[in-house]
Amino acid sequence: MATTPLIDGLTCPVPLTSTERVQLGHGSGGKMSASLFRERILPHFDNPALAVLGDAAVFRVPATELAISTDSFVVSPLEFPGGNIGSLAVHGTLNDLAMMGARPFCLTAGFVLEEGLPFDLLDRIVAAMAAAARRADVPIVAGDTKVVERGKADGLYINTTGVGVLHVGARPGPRGARVGDAILVSGPIGRHGMAIMATREGIGFETGIESDSASLWPVVAPLLHRFGPAIHVLRDPTRGGLASALNEIAQASGVGIELKESSLPIPGAVQAGCEMLGLDPLYVANEGILVAMVPEASATAALECMRADPLGVEAAIIGRVVAAHPGFVVLHTALGGTRIVDLLPGDQLPRIC
Amino acid sequence: MKYLSEYRDPTLARALIGQIRQSASRRWTLMEVCGGQTHTIVKQGLDELLGESVEMIHGPGCPVCVTPLEQIDRALALAAMPNVIFTSFGDMLRVPGSECDLLQVRARGGEVRVVYSPLDAVALARKNPEREVVFFAVGFETTAPANAMAVWRAAQLGIRNFTMLVSHVTVPPAMTAILDAPDNRVQGFLAAGHVCTVMGWTEYEPIAARYRVPIIVTGFEPLDILEGIYLGIRQLEAGRCEVENQYVRSVRREGTVPARTLVERVFHLVDRQWRGIGTIPMSGLALREEFAAFDAELRFGLSEIRASEPTECRAGEVLRGLLKPPDCPMFGNRCTPEHPLGAPMVSSEGACAAYFNYGRIRQRQHAEV
Repeated sequence: MATTPLIDGLTCPVPLTSTERVQLGHGSGGKMSASLFRERILPHFDNPALAVLGDAAVFRVPATELAISTDSFVVSPLEFPGGNIGSLAVHGTLNDLAMMGARPFCLTAGFVLEEGLPFDLLDRIVAAMAAAARRADVPIVAGDTKVVERGKADGLYINTTGVGVLHVGARPGPRGARVGDAILVSGPIGRHGMAIMATREGIGFETGIESDSASLWPVVAPLLHRFGPAIHVLRDPTRGGLASALNEIAQASGVGIELKESSLPIPGAVQAGCEMLGLDPLYVANEGILVAMVPEASATAALECMRADPLGVEAAIIGRVVAAHPGFVVLHTALGGTRIVDLLPGDQLPRIC
Repeated sequence: MKYLSEYRDPTLARALIGQIRQSASRRWTLMEVCGGQTHTIVKQGLDELLGESVEMIHGPGCPVCVTPLEQIDRALALAAMPNVIFTSFGDMLRVPGSECDLLQVRARGGEVRVVYSPLDAVALARKNPEREVVFFAVGFETTAPANAMAVWRAAQLGIRNFTMLVSHVTVPPAMTAILDAPDNRVQGFLAAGHVCTVMGWTEYEPIAARYRVPIIVTGFEPLDILEGIYLGIRQLEAGRCEVENQYVRSVRREGTVPARTLVERVFHLVDRQWRGIGTIPMSGLALREEFAAFDAELRFGLSEIRASEPTECRAGEVLRGLLKPPDCPMFGNRCTPEHPLGAPMVSSEGACAAYFNYGRIRQRQHAEV
């Protein structure tokens, strides 16, 4: 009969490190934290500024004006058709910079991880982040990870901050809309929100629709290059959809906006999903389209310029900026009537019947 | 899109509008019963296009609007209970009770979930046997079959932790109440196509005959509504008062018999209070004795919760067609979708919200002229 050596009873048990899931110890600042970063994050994001592993990244900036933007991502589900929270966190911040006319230069990433998060899920998310950043040619130069107890976060949250270099000569902004401008969108509306809704538990229908999540700089750069200060407004209509973005612009610029219902690019699957749920596609979120306002005379050329990029092939002119009804967005319905497209008081709620 | 774009065709719509204008020798007053129809009318700007030929009064057919304050307060009390998962269709979440709404209860820690079908609530009860799952059963005859099915299924499965807070109402008694009112202005109705899909139209035949009003069973797309209006005006011009079916692609005279049978098996008719209108005899559905175990009011002893309507809100007059929303002194100033005084400003189908969201520019333009 084998006897248990006495010494076993005296040693402290070494804590088991799970190879499958995030544990609270991964946020301790000790060895587990270091291994989490070195094994699961650094290999994906590796670049000279990050590899120093200092308390802050150091980089040289061109002698010009910079734009800086930050955004936190809490999307549920973490993975959805067309992307995941990681790719979304990169695209979202890159697009905020691009809408200011700033070429994205570098990013930071902060993670709040929930105890119990499966590593394979974390790996997929970090890989998607890295791939999105690589495609946009923007390094992730600094970051942070924290771990919170199970139940205190919905899997993980990501914050990204981006620094961009402003384009010389163009200053698009929400206050820039001028009476007589044409309003363009770079692609079909409502895809991100509908992909998320269709994936969420409890809806039970499949649309086959994918999120449009993408970096918009490839659409923005040629517009700025060619039209410069004639690009009066650039906006990515994310939360609250096209309707909310246009309302904000109408109010900020003190102008009226007229939309033509029959010109709105609404994919059939988005329209069908909205009809079923009693929602309006104008208020459904987008993550890979932009709204541009340019003088009427440049509208066709700007449209062609957008359509030259794969992200912009379905670009359309959807309306114009007018002096009447300042602060309001008015839609001309396909039947010839008109209605106000207002800001919603809160989230869109599905209707009873 | 198939089954939708055909019913939104601008050329056909213009032709119908022309026919309506031509056939009306005077201005007729029609009521569309259902809130879904109200929304199509205002959203597409149909009332503007119809001009002087017809006045549309927006009827009481919005379940969110007519659910009495007392039931909302009961829902809020239930949702705040620690062991309860309170489930509801989405647009009930923002309806104000006496003190707050379901979204605020959720922010304070109550578990409130949006479901798309009452059967999802039954599934939730099976998944969480240690919790009490309550479903807020509101709506007209349209939602009644699915709600009856949920109770039926829960009974079959022997589920004990599922109950319903029932606030169902039925359309014909409300139409009668409107016609009986001494200040009634309604000369004809567009009946709700989906209600009739379930119930058929035999109930409407005695109403049309007794009150001498045409009743057109009508769908929800712009062409449906325009055709319904055209058929109504044609009857009024000819002095006829019949039940006529515009929504032929969905409605038969006898309705959908299995759905009706199930509703009758699970629910029975009771007197019901309508927000803004008052109590209408035999106008509501309640669970039959046999299904009392699924009645949330009985299980949680809610009968002590009483509430009275705030006096400022004139929803009653709006729902009876006596007051247009923009003519209410509270409209757009003290009462907005962010701070509603009454339910019609809350629901996406509510007449006040519809006017607020889609009609303000038009009101302004009229004021400027």
